[in-house]
Amino acid sequence: MAVAAGRPTARTEAENPLSEGLERLPPPPTALVIFGATGDLARRKLLPALYNLAHDGALPERFFLIGIARKEKAHEDYRAECEQAIRRFSRRKPDDDVLKALLEDVKYVPGTFDEDSVYAELHRLLDEFEEQASEPLNRAFYLATDPSFFGVIVDELGRSKLAQHMHAEVRVIIEKPFGTSLEEARELNRRVLAVFDETQVYRIDHYLGKETVQNMMAFRFANGMFEPLWNRNFIDYVQITAAEDIGIESRASYYDKSGALRDLIQNHMLQLLCHVTMEPPVSFTAEEVRNEKVKVLQAIPEPTPEEIPEMAVRAQYAKGHAGGEDVPGYLEEEGVPPDSITETYAALRLEVDNWRWAGVPFYLRTGKRLARKLTEVAVTLKPVPHLAFSQAGSLGVQPNQLVLTIQPNEGVSLSLVAKIPGTRMAIRPVNMEFLYGTSFLSQSPEAYERLITDAMRGDATLFTRNDEVEAQWRICDPIVRFWSSTPEEMANYESGSQGPEEAERLLREGHRWRAI
Amino acid sequence: MPRSDAVWTAQGTTPDAIEAALRELLVQRHAENERYVPARVLNMIAFVDREWTGEIANRLRAVGRYSPSRLLVLAYEPRRERLDARVTIVSEGEPDAGEFALLRETVVVELGDRHLDDLLTIADPLVVTDLPTLLWSPHGHYDIVEVLLALSQAVLIDSIDEPIWRDAIDRACKLSERAYVVDLAWLRSTPWRERVAASFDPPRHRPELRAIERVTVRHHPASTVSGMLLAGWLASRLGWQPGSLVARGDELLGRAHASRQDVALRLQSAPALQVRGLEGLTLATASGRELSLDRGPGGLRARARDPRGVERSWTIPGASRGEGGILGEGIRQALLRDPTYVPAVKAAQAMLP
Repeated sequence: MAVAAGRPTARTEAENPLSEGLERLPPPPTALVIFGATGDLARRKLLPALYNLAHDGALPERFFLIGIARKEKAHEDYRAECEQAIRRFSRRKPDDDVLKALLEDVKYVPGTFDEDSVYAELHRLLDEFEEQASEPLNRAFYLATDPSFFGVIVDELGRSKLAQHMHAEVRVIIEKPFGTSLEEARELNRRVLAVFDETQVYRIDHYLGKETVQNMMAFRFANGMFEPLWNRNFIDYVQITAAEDIGIESRASYYDKSGALRDLIQNHMLQLLCHVTMEPPVSFTAEEVRNEKVKVLQAIPEPTPEEIPEMAVRAQYAKGHAGGEDVPGYLEEEGVPPDSITETYAALRLEVDNWRWAGVPFYLRTGKRLARKLTEVAVTLKPVPHLAFSQAGSLGVQPNQLVLTIQPNEGVSLSLVAKIPGTRMAIRPVNMEFLYGTSFLSQSPEAYERLITDAMRGDATLFTRNDEVEAQWRICDPIVRFWSSTPEEMANYESGSQGPEEAERLLREGHRWRAI
Repeated sequence: MPRSDAVWTAQGTTPDAIEAALRELLVQRHAENERYVPARVLNMIAFVDREWTGEIANRLRAVGRYSPSRLLVLAYEPRRERLDARVTIVSEGEPDAGEFALLRETVVVELGDRHLDDLLTIADPLVVTDLPTLLWSPHGHYDIVEVLLALSQAVLIDSIDEPIWRDAIDRACKLSERAYVVDLAWLRSTPWRERVAASFDPPRHRPELRAIERVTVRHHPASTVSGMLLAGWLASRLGWQPGSLVARGDELLGRAHASRQDVALRLQSAPALQVRGLEGLTLATASGRELSLDRGPGGLRARARDPRGVERSWTIPGASRGEGGILGEGIRQALLRDPTYVPAVKAAQAMLP
């Protein structure tokens, strides 16, 4: 129920006095159901994340796991597969006793996702688990399947009356990509929201689970020195880069249908842009944070076909060198059609048309087989209006740049200009660096550990809301459509390089891409 | 694997010379490879008996990534006349391309009685300015702790280590008035506190917190303090007024006044427990619900009995952190603030027999 603004919230006896002072509180008793339980995501990320939560004693007091996938197999066989995946992919060596305790309550349901019998069996197992626990269990349905099954599974959950529980919370966790176009995203949202309430839906963008992405808000809103500069008056342009040095590896079937724009820009990079540009939320609740992010996305104009050639560039990697070895071009990769028009590099110039950011270009670029792996946000300040001393003997005087690095070295670097020691007033840029590793003792939890815990706990702050997803698609969809209709305009770049030369045309005068 | 990168030693030295050597070694390491960067999180001062320096070094080695950025070990040998020092700068390994490698500094200063009057002037130049400092004196030396508190924001203790457990609680209370206290005995109880808090967290179970009428805590025979702290935590969080406990055999018995009813408190020694700390606890409510948590393979063994008398048991997975993990957690906690320790230890003090 909505509470009127300004009205004090009553303190109820329902508050738990024992939770005070504890850094974490294990989530309430939960049954987690993984659809696509034998897939790559489940094996490489979800099961190891669950093990690590178990190792740290961070799983719910009563925790049950059900895996659903097509192949016929016995519960014991699935447990053995889980064990194998955890032993192979866990970030720490598993403790045999903990692993055994975790796998004790794991069950498996074989079948296709549109089979009524699967959901009947699921219903039966969930009831059985509740009986075993002697109390209602929250239910979390994790859709880790091919995206084409998301709608079917949600429909079936609704039809089999699994989407609601009289005495416990039911949540659905949906992996990315959430649709491959605006139309698909809207249709999927329609189907999901016909069965679940928005408060039950947790759309994953695992970037949001990364500590450094979350820390961007702390950096901006807890440090008084940046906020006065954080606007069009002082910031010249912003560059967001997500570069990978690897190719598509064994993901040709997925990647060729997706491409760089849909794979990274539509979700992760627009989320980074939101974190850089959003207004301070009233509070850090899920709704307030997401309200502010949606406002940013809504302030980005939808690109028109006339504008797209000037504000978007795509390219495919050609053969070249990576890691000291010769590597093939995209079209020579196994599983890629020789006439593929899927981009492996995408760069955009976007504008955020609001009071704070009007006129500031935001350059986004992502690509595979680039010079190195790097994710960063670089904010370039406007140059000083006048340099009072001679620049003779000075080296590369540049405007100040603030770089927030997300990987590989999480940190913040501020480029300043300093005098070169000597008798002359010569200056050169120097860096003031802060590295997270030097200032914290703790290791960041894996993004999936954080996100699974939050979903089980009912905290949606790090998940994407329906209007947010659609707003992201509204920006990318016209570009996807335009590129599909102009297949002949695909640029190339050498593997291991900085990307295509064509990306230069996005830059306004005086701006330049940072070296990857 | 950490490896020793740079070492400087001197006999009959001064704090100034040691500090200069630290600076020089850091400059050398950075000049060698600019990707070597010193960690700047926390100073730790350890005042230890010189003959046990090796044992303390082994314990600190086990804390892994929770190592302090700069560790100053003041190794005390009563009759020592000369100030000797050894500075070691260790990197976590070679930095990979595009990455950096952290440097951690250890300064061991060997000193004697004659240096104690000037201890602050020896230690002060050797801690990194502006970083929080954690003080640890694992071999007692309470008078020295009093002196070094002037340089420290937090003090690390292990109440279990005190020979007389009653004194440990009094001392923890007293210390916490002067500095932020990180008590390893308290940190050993964290998983228990998390589980108890989580058990009563679902809204349908929260009202039962007010109906708790019996608490039994089982602990290692040498870890009575752990039991007292856990009982003190429950009392302070739930607003109970505890009275003094009475010793009966190897048990401590007593009562606390809650708003609805009295709560029977029982601390039982568990001689079979191989490790220090808690073995288990049982909470019983007026409605007849009972919850027990006990150590078991792979986690905590939970046993619940509902008001109808139906019993269920299961395992809550979790791995032991080991003593290295506990000490590491203690170092990490020096950077945080837990507002519930002081009320818990004060409630424990009120329960002292």
